[in-house]
Formats: sequence, C-alpha cells, structure tokens
Amino acid sequence: MNETKKISSITNSFARKWAEFVIKFKWPVLIITLGIALGLGSQGNMEFDGDYHVFFSESNPELEAFDALQDKYTKDDNIVIVLTPDNGNVFTKDNLTAIEELTTESWNTPYSSRVDAVTNFQHTSAQGDDLYVDDLAYESTLKTDTEIIEIKEKALKEPLLVNRLINKKGSVTAVNITVRLPGEDSAKEIPEVTAFVRKTIADFQEKHPNFQVHSSGLVPLNTAFFESSMRDMMLTMIMLIIVVITTLVLTRNFFSTFVTLIVVLFSIISAVGFVGITGIKLTPPSSVFPTMILTLAVADSIHILITMLQKMRKDGYTKNEALVESMRLNFMPVFITSLTTVIGFLTMNFGDVPPFWHLGNITAFGMTMAFLYSTTALPALMAILPVKVKEKKSTSVSKLGWYTNLGHFVAKQPVRLAVVSFIIIGLFTYLATKNQFNDEFINYFDETVQFRSDTDYISENLTGIYNVEFSVGSGESGGINNPEYLKNLNNFENWLEEQPEVIHVNAFSEVARRVNRSMHGDNESFYRVPDSREEAAQYLLLYELSLPFGLDLNNQINVDKSESRVTITLQNISSAEMIAFSKRAERWLQNNTPKPMHAIGVSPTLMFSKLGFRQADSMLKGNIIALLLISLVLMFALRNFKLGLLSIIPNVTPVFIGFGFWAMYKAQINTGMVIVFGMTLGIIVDDTVHFMSKFLRARRELRYDAKQAVIYAFETVGKALVTTTIVLLSGFAVLSTSSFALNSYMARITVIIILSALIIDFILLPSLLILISKKSEVRVPEKEIIESQIQLDK
Amino acid sequence: MKKLIIAGIALLSITSLTAQNAEERGLQIAKAADKADQGFNSSIVNLKMTLKNKNGQTSERLLVTRTLEQTTDGDKSLIVFNSPKDVKGTSTLTFTHKVGSDDQWLFLPSIKRVKRISSNNKSGPFVGSEFAYEDLSSQEIEKYSYKFLEEKGNLLIVEQDPVDPKSGYTRRIVTYNKDKKYRIEKVEFYDRKNALLKTLKYSEYKLYKGKFWRALSMNMVNHQSNKETLLKFSDYNFKADLSDEDFTQVALKRAGQ
Repeated sequence: MNETKKISSITNSFARKWAEFVIKFKWPVLIITLGIALGLGSQGNMEFDGDYHVFFSESNPELEAFDALQDKYTKDDNIVIVLTPDNGNVFTKDNLTAIEELTTESWNTPYSSRVDAVTNFQHTSAQGDDLYVDDLAYESTLKTDTEIIEIKEKALKEPLLVNRLINKKGSVTAVNITVRLPGEDSAKEIPEVTAFVRKTIADFQEKHPNFQVHSSGLVPLNTAFFESSMRDMMLTMIMLIIVVITTLVLTRNFFSTFVTLIVVLFSIISAVGFVGITGIKLTPPSSVFPTMILTLAVADSIHILITMLQKMRKDGYTKNEALVESMRLNFMPVFITSLTTVIGFLTMNFGDVPPFWHLGNITAFGMTMAFLYSTTALPALMAILPVKVKEKKSTSVSKLGWYTNLGHFVAKQPVRLAVVSFIIIGLFTYLATKNQFNDEFINYFDETVQFRSDTDYISENLTGIYNVEFSVGSGESGGINNPEYLKNLNNFENWLEEQPEVIHVNAFSEVARRVNRSMHGDNESFYRVPDSREEAAQYLLLYELSLPFGLDLNNQINVDKSESRVTITLQNISSAEMIAFSKRAERWLQNNTPKPMHAIGVSPTLMFSKLGFRQADSMLKGNIIALLLISLVLMFALRNFKLGLLSIIPNVTPVFIGFGFWAMYKAQINTGMVIVFGMTLGIIVDDTVHFMSKFLRARRELRYDAKQAVIYAFETVGKALVTTTIVLLSGFAVLSTSSFALNSYMARITVIIILSALIIDFILLPSLLILISKKSEVRVPEKEIIESQIQLDK
Repeated sequence: MKKLIIAGIALLSITSLTAQNAEERGLQIAKAADKADQGFNSSIVNLKMTLKNKNGQTSERLLVTRTLEQTTDGDKSLIVFNSPKDVKGTSTLTFTHKVGSDDQWLFLPSIKRVKRISSNNKSGPFVGSEFAYEDLSSQEIEKYSYKFLEEKGNLLIVEQDPVDPKSGYTRRIVTYNKDKKYRIEKVEFYDRKNALLKTLKYSEYKLYKGKFWRALSMNMVNHQSNKETLLKFSDYNFKADLSDEDFTQVALKRAGQ
C-alpha cells in the first residue's frame, strides 16, 4: 500500500504542477497549441478514393489471382447503362437508332476500350462460301420493318446477348462500356469517367424521354464508394451540433461549451493534417474519422470541465483552484482512457483491410492530440476566459439517490445477479455463433443510394451484377484450338448453365461453335466445336480478321492462345453461397477435365465474399494483443493484478452480447464489424477503470467492505459513466444513419456493445467485486459512509 | 475522286487561308510520299511478328507477304501464314480499293476451301497483334483527309483523318522524312475518343533498287494496354516480277499448299 500511495502522490503532484504551469503560462500555451493545430492543419489534404481495390491489401491472395487474370487478358472496369423503352419493345426503328447513338457516344467515354450493345454485336452469317460479319443493327433508320423483325429474331436467339445485353422478352437492353483505367490516380480517373457517363445519360434522357435509364457496374460501384465517403464525412456536422447541445446541457455553461468545441476542433484539424502528411486517401470506412474523434474526444473535456464547475459551484473554489483540482483528479483517468482507446484503434492495423488501418491510425492520432489539447489548450482557455458560476448549495445528496439505490440493489443479491448475468451472457454468446459473414458489396449501400436501387432494377429485369471468372488453361501454346480442350470447355459451359445461380455464361467454346456453324453455311447441326485442331485454329484466324476495333477476342483469349477466360454472371447471392458456388465449379473442373484445365474462380465479387473471413482471421491476433495490452494497462492503473484479470469479464462480454443481439437483428455480419472488438474494448474499458478505481479507493483509503465500496463507486462515478455513455451512444447513433453498411452496421453493433457494457458494469461487475472480496472486518453504518465520501471526494 | 478532294479543299479554303494552306500542304506531302514509292511493281518479303503483353510474355507468327502495285486502284496483296503450326498454309488475298470496302478472301487448308469475308471491319487487331488491318493495308491517299502540322528540320508532321466512319481512329499523326523520299518515321494513332492509343516506329530503313525505302523493323506500342507488337521484315525481293495471275483465288489456294 505504501508503494501505491507513493505512485499516486507522484501522479497527483505531477498533475497539479502541470495544471499550475498551464495556468501560469496560459497565453503561450494557448498560442503554441493553436500553432500545432494550425501547423498540422496546413498540411491537411483530404482526397477521396473510391476504387474498390482499396479494400484489399497488396498481399491479398484473391486480389493477386484476379490481377493475374486481368494481366493475361485485359484489365477492365465497366459501366452498364440499362435502357427500358416505354413501349416494352427495344426493337423498333426509333429505339434501335437511339441505342446506336448512345453506343457511338459511349465510345467517347474517357479510358474506354470497348463498348458492347445489341446494335454493334458482331453478327456472323454465311451464304455458301461467303462469310458476312457485321453489326447486328447499323443505320437502323434506313431499315424496313421486316428487317427490324429479323434483327429482333437474331438478337433473341443469340446466347451471347440474351440475359447479358438483352432480356428474353426484348423489352430491356444494356450498353456495356469497358474502361481501362490507368490506375495512376483513381481519385481523379473515376470521377472523370463518372462525370462523362452521367452527362451522356442526361443528354440521352433529354433527347429520348421514352427511355428509362439505370446504370451500374464497377465504375458506378467505385463512385458509390466515393460518394458515400463524402456523405459520411458530412455526418460530422450533425455530430458537432450534438456535441454542442450535450456540453451545454451537462455543464450549463457557455464558455465550457465553447472550450470543448475548440478542443475537439483542434483534434480534428490535427487529424486532417495527419491525413495530409501520411497521404492517406479517404474511403468510406476511414471517412468517419471526424465523427469518431468528436465522439471520443468530447468525453475528456467533459470530465475535466464538470469537475471544475462542480468545485466552483458547490465547493466555492476560485476558478484557478477549481481548475488545478480538476486537473489533479482527472489527469490520470483521462490519460488511461485515452491510452486504451488509442491501443484499441491501433489494433485495426492487424487486419487485412487497408481502409480500417487508416481509420485506426487517423483516430488514434486524433485521440492522442485530443488528450494533449484537453490537458493544455483546455485549462489555458478556461484560465483566460471570464468563467463565472452561480454558487449554490449542494443538492447532490438527493441526486445521488438513484445510483445509491442501484448500489444497494446489487449489494443485496450479488450471487443471484451474477448467475442471471452469466446465463444471459451465455445465451447471447450462443446466439452470436449464428451470425454469418456476408459481404455482398451491393448490400453495402442501402436503398436510398441510387447505385443500389439501379443495380437492384438491373438484377430484377436484365442480368446479374455479380460474377466469377476462370482462366482455363490448355497446357500448350495454341491449345485452345485442341478439340479435346474445346469439348471439355463446352462441357464446363453446359454444366455451368445448369446451375441454379447462373444467369449467363461467356465461354470461348461458344465462339468456336458459332464460327463452326458459319463455316458450314449456317447449318445448325454444326453448332458444335470443330473436329480438328487445324480447323478450329483457322476458323478462329478468319473470325478474328473480321472483327472491328474494340470488339476483338483479346479479352477472352490470351496472347499465345493457351488459355481462355470463362465469365459467369450470377444472381445476387450471399458471400457464403458465392464461395460455395466457386468451390463447386472448381471441383467440377478437377473431376472432369485434365490437369491444365483446373482453374480457380476469381472476381471482385469473390474478393469481397472472402474479405470478411480474411479480416476476421487476421484481426484475431490483433484482438488478443489488444486484450492483453489493455488488461495490462488496467492492472497498472488499478495496481491490482486480480482485479485487472477480473476486468476481462466486463470488457469482453459486451461484445458477445452485441453479436448475440445482432444474430436476432440481422444475423449477417460484414467486414466493418470485425474491427468492433478491439475498438469497443478501448472505449468500454473506461467504464471499468472508473468503477474499479473508485471501488479500490473505498477499500484502500476508506477501509470499506466490498458492499460499501460498491455503493460508494455507484455514488461517485455512476452519473459520469451514464453521461459519457450517452455521448458515445449519440456519436455512434449518428454514424449508424450512414447509408453505407460497413459504417452503419459497425456503428449499430457498437451502440449495442456500449450499452451492454454499461449494464454489465452496473450489474455484473459490482456483483463479482463483492463475490471475490474477502469479508471486510470494518463495518460502518452506510449513512456515515455517504457523508464521509462526499467530504473526501468533493 | 480528285475533283471531290479539290472541291472539298476549295470549300474549306473559305474558312481560312492558313487552314487551306495546311490542308493543301498535308495533301501535297502525302502525294509526294505516294509518288516516291511508285514503280516498285511487286515485292515479296518474309515477316516475323512478335506479340508481347505487358508482362513480357511473347508469341510469334511467321508470314510471307506478296504485294502487287496497282496504279488505278489500291494494291493487291497475298499473305501466307507459316506459323503457328495450326494455321500453317492459311492465306489471305486482299484487293484494296481507293474508295469503298476492300475485297478479301481466305484460304483454309484444313477444309481446302476459299472463303470470302464480307465485312466493313478493318479496324480490329490483325491476328491478335497491336496492328489493325487498316494499319497494314496499302495506304491510299483517298482514305484520309490531311492537315500539315509542322516542320522539324527534315521531318514533316501531318495529321491524317480517316474518311471511313468505321475506322478505329479519329486521327493519325504521321512523321515523314523529307530528305529520304518522304519515308514515314513514326505514326501516332488517336482512338475514337481522341486519346493517344498507339505509336508505330519505323526503323532499320534500307534502300532497295536505289529508290525504295523499306523499314525492316516496325514496332507498335499500345499505350492503353501496354502491349506491343514487333514486325521484322527480311529477304525483300523486288525482282519476282509478280503479275495479276499471282493474285487470284486459284493462286491463293496454290500459295497455301
């Protein structure tokens, strides 16, 4: 005990000296901190990056496999513009002319490398030994009605078009623009493409109001990411208003509110500087950092200010005395809680998803700066400003009633409460295992986002947005013309067509069949792969010679014709189903084809499907380290090994409850939610620290028994815990309104976790504290305790 | 045709005097280049085509090209593939036309038949390479409109805009060498959205019959896909004395066997 007293007196005197120093040099301190904030802020530069690649670390194996596939063929992103004419028939002279116009204009899209539409589909037909290859519909204005009907018949028979660029009825069609982004600066390239496409669509709609237009694809996905980053950043404004109101209500003092605002703004400005210096490009997950910092930093200020104002109001301290006293009492708790929060956010670096590294690092930096400003700029400003309060008689006794009663309630029945708590926690933990990972990137956006509603429309009326690709090898140069290979590929194509999830299959075997038929005078019985390798190779050569710019086969076969690409369009299915489908297809290849053809499925969709699992795996280590570090910090702060160990229970169980609750609410978890363990641990641990330290103080300094110490803890920190919880809840509630599920789900589960943490700290923690403590020798009437505590603590 | 061009030039000359000069001079340069190459009659050359993707993986094709000069219409050409093995003997016969789409026949040894390809498409890649068919076919004056851009020492730079609406390009920037009988040193291709797509560089020029410059190496780099294709010519033969009979469907069949 002597040792601990010594340490606590050292920290006390350090905090007091710090406070006195800041008050003495209030102007220089203020100017220096202002200089730091503005200096950092001047480096600030917020750029947004919407490229979906940002979600994958460079070592992500799925990304590597996908990049390898794109290197072999063509690297491309797309925009699909879906057109629905009012008359329910795409094939009229006017409608086809409009589609031709849009197709021509689409070629002007920046970075475009290919435009596919019904009209420019390269239709092959044969008359004797003459082979005709031409656009399916060209200069439609000049066509007769019978020719238009022929075009319709051809289009609706074409396997390459149906369910991809035209629906079965011929009432909805699409123009697919392939772009090859240089990838040098996606923050510039993507908006450039988007701006062009939006203008093209707007012009088209103005000229052809009889068309409904929807758009989707990877570029619009990127744009949706980009725009949700900016929207989520706007949530900062709402949070700022909430901060102002909360501070006003809690402190009932204008200057305190002003100072709090200055501290949080300084912290955010510094964090923005950090973003600029490190060159981080903001993404939807990391763009919520200002709201995070606001939410977390405001607690520091409120703790210091409330104590200070209380000292002035109730105990009649002068302003500077109250300031020093408040700093003395709060310096350590604010330091410890900031430290644990920073640790919690830094553990995001263990994950595999870069945007969360950024969120963790920016917030950790912002929180460090918030601690600095709360202990420098805040006291300096309060010392400068003419803060005046009305002194009034202590009314605290009547106010303490509620928390005291709660304390008595717990102290009376610790065993029963502990048992009930553990049963409930066990139940939720069981439920938590029922959650499933699902990272369907379309569902990242809620229905208010146009990308989501357009994509849903396209999925319902035309084709799928999700896909899986296979690069199927033949094992030899020119081997894609080997009849054996083509037959196997054809079988794979047929098998895929039979799968219930599959909407469309694009395989080279279809090209081989089609060309073979054309080479035999359009005889349907030759709609099969050629019999000999020479035939296949020579037909392909001929076919390739007849294709126009941008519609070649380079996106489907590799340079030395040893591999071809199979693209499968799928319905909107969950991540688990997506992975299962891909595995099933891989297994089919293994069981039915020779070794060189054993390919693995890749695609952005699959990359997202596996992202949650990958993040969870990599975060496991980070979470364990966070738990160990934070428990160590607690042991140090409490100077008690046993209680440090015990603290693990109230710190870990809220997460179980959160996920158990989630299983009843959505039962689907995404990548964004994986980080909540480390993050909330750093936040909720504050409750435990405050409660346990008061408990220990009562035991050590006041020699209370466990029950009395628990009641003491309730009385002293009950209100503070409730107020900080309210601030935290409002912050995360603001975030939970985000239209972006990685953010909103994360925020919603955090709300549940923070709330459960408070309940656990009020019910289970005190019960456990009583149960593990030896029966105290000293017994003092409870009434006396309250009074003595008030004198000592205030 | 000439009348049409003159009429076109006359029409454009109304807009501005400098524009007229630029267009006139561009056309003059193209004509001078065309004239300098007249009279070679016929040639046979071996060609090795090396395709390279951005990872450096390569693939080769070997061809033999026969060309017959025509004065009133576009040149005739016959190309025979010697490798890859699968397409050995496959040959194409092309009659380029100054106006309208070219005629093209293909002989397929696997089925021993000649197929006529009827297509307006010549903007697509030639056998998977970075060369479009329109880059390789005979360069007729009538296929472009011209604008002289600048003179850099002995180099004359001319913009050429394809007349064919189905061309893959909006324009080509061609660098002629004034001192070497207007031979072409470099061509830059701009795609339909007017972004730089490819650059073709001619090198290892050799003078044949004391008159005709032929580049033995042509390298095409695609800036958008980072792929490239190198053409290496060897054994130029200007003495074969080919005639129209060597450019018929019968000759096409014979060439491929």
